Amino acid sequence: MLPPIFGVLFDGVAYGMLLFVLSVGLSVTLGLMNFVNLAHCAFAMLGGYVTVVLMRDFNWPFFATLPAAFFASAVVSIIVERTLYRRLYRATDLDQVLLTIGLAFISVAVAAWFFTTQQQPITMPGYLRGSIDFFGLNIGLYRLFLVVVGIAVTILLIVTVEHTRFGAQVRAAVDNQRMARGLGINVDRTFAITFALGSGLAGLGGALAIEIVGLDPQFALHYLVYVLIIVSVGGLGSILGSFAAACLIGISDIAGKYYVPELGAFLIYLVMVAVLMWRPAGLFGKR
Amino acid sequence: MAPPPANPQAYLQSLSRWRPLEIAFWLATLLPFWLFPNYLGLANQIAVAALFALSLDLILGYAGIVSLGHAAFFGVGAYTAGLFSKFVWGEVFTGLIAAALMAALFGYVSSFIVARFRHLTLIMITLGLGLLLHSAANSAHFITGGSDGFQGISMWKVAGLFRFDLYGQTAYAYSLGVLFIVFLCARRLINSPFGLSLRGIRENWVRMPAIGADSRAHIRKVYTISAAMAGIAGALIAQTTQTVSLDALSFERSADVVVMLVLGGAGRLYGGIVGASIFLIARDQFSGIAPQYWYFWIGVLLVMVVMLLPNGILGGLSALLAKWRRK
Repeated sequence: MLPPIFGVLFDGVAYGMLLFVLSVGLSVTLGLMNFVNLAHCAFAMLGGYVTVVLMRDFNWPFFATLPAAFFASAVVSIIVERTLYRRLYRATDLDQVLLTIGLAFISVAVAAWFFTTQQQPITMPGYLRGSIDFFGLNIGLYRLFLVVVGIAVTILLIVTVEHTRFGAQVRAAVDNQRMARGLGINVDRTFAITFALGSGLAGLGGALAIEIVGLDPQFALHYLVYVLIIVSVGGLGSILGSFAAACLIGISDIAGKYYVPELGAFLIYLVMVAVLMWRPAGLFGKR
Repeated sequence: MAPPPANPQAYLQSLSRWRPLEIAFWLATLLPFWLFPNYLGLANQIAVAALFALSLDLILGYAGIVSLGHAAFFGVGAYTAGLFSKFVWGEVFTGLIAAALMAALFGYVSSFIVARFRHLTLIMITLGLGLLLHSAANSAHFITGGSDGFQGISMWKVAGLFRFDLYGQTAYAYSLGVLFIVFLCARRLINSPFGLSLRGIRENWVRMPAIGADSRAHIRKVYTISAAMAGIAGALIAQTTQTVSLDALSFERSADVVVMLVLGGAGRLYGGIVGASIFLIARDQFSGIAPQYWYFWIGVLLVMVVMLLPNGILGGLSALLAKWRRK
């Protein structure tokens, strides 16, 4: 028999994997362009609603909706990037914050208009419901699935970034954007592709999150705080940093709610402020 | 445009001269007493929000510190004023001073953290500290009343003469008076050499120490002053409405005040006041039509301000004015 702390740890890691998928795109794009995109979770919410609509109104199976959520968010993000964001790459932090939080506000109201402010539940396929018994621990199948997805995404990202030509361009642009331009790398195009991939991952995260945290129009603002915490704790532009930070925040949050529920979300804010005091650039950050 | 004055002293003096438009503006703030006697409650809220936006303007508009957690000081001021009236006495001015001191203390302590960072980390630190205080106040149910709100504030008559009435006449007069006095202090501060060096830090915080202005020390000072002003704003809302709820510390309040300031024009003394007036009057008008879509219009407004009016409404107006004068 394993003590219950392992159950808390497992739930924390599963939650962390969800947060990782939600936040890794923002981390990479922030590292690339220093563009503070507070509308990131609006793209995640879009993915969530795509999954809800496809499953409920078109009877798609859950797994088929995941790529759809990914592509919908990626396509919409490219449109927004080309029309609005690209004008502000050289603007101040404040302008970027204002524009993107404005877009987040708009997305909340639009979601409320189409889907009301109610939670949107979906029914998971039978093979993801229920739980298995692992040495006396009750392991939820869906959480196990989240861990598998999180690890798969991490491996895929690391392989892409470390071992492909495109990944080398991304790394070069994160390390030194001007030098990368000087070597003939099309940083704008690299950024647009990365941005779309990151937003797509956020959309995937939004779809995966429905079963765990639900989906309502406030998602775009509520989870933004979590995502920003992970990005700044992990360090900009670092995939492994986001992974470590997501695990840390996920475990702190679940453990905090389990052992000291009266503190609420106090613990994760404390973890964030402490990490940033210790390392202002985040755990794996370079700048 | 007049030619630039010959020496620095004359330059600073030319900045701080009162213009006719300013005097007209402050006289106009008295109009609600006669024109809108039923809206004095709203006018009081505007005065408080204007003071809060003015406090943010000092750090965001002048020193260039983007804060998403400024409500922390507003809330500290509000709770301090509430506790003071409950456990000491109900006199308003001493309550105001106590709130300002407490908020300044919180500001001074956190300024050591804030002055170390720039860019995204700074935004996250201010956001984190604000959220930290919000959830701490939520947990400290025995002091703050948690999500039920803080009860049991009773205020004496202002200066022993004016009772806080139902129509908000005393409340508005009181808040407006405090706003005006604090505004005079802020105006003096901005048009001083200290105010000039703050603008220098905003433009280039690495180069300022080279000409003898220590960026971090200046940021610590202005952050403390700004926190004290935000604390006064919080104390005003606690004293005039005689309740304090947890949303005094909330992220929405921090975000709203940034929106107000940017809408009016950051880095301008009147930006916060104009922005707060437009924001709250618009919210009052729109909320009757579609309460849950209010933030849609805020979002549209933000996108438009960033894309079309980079210096807010006042910046746009003064650009228009300059164009018109050149013709």
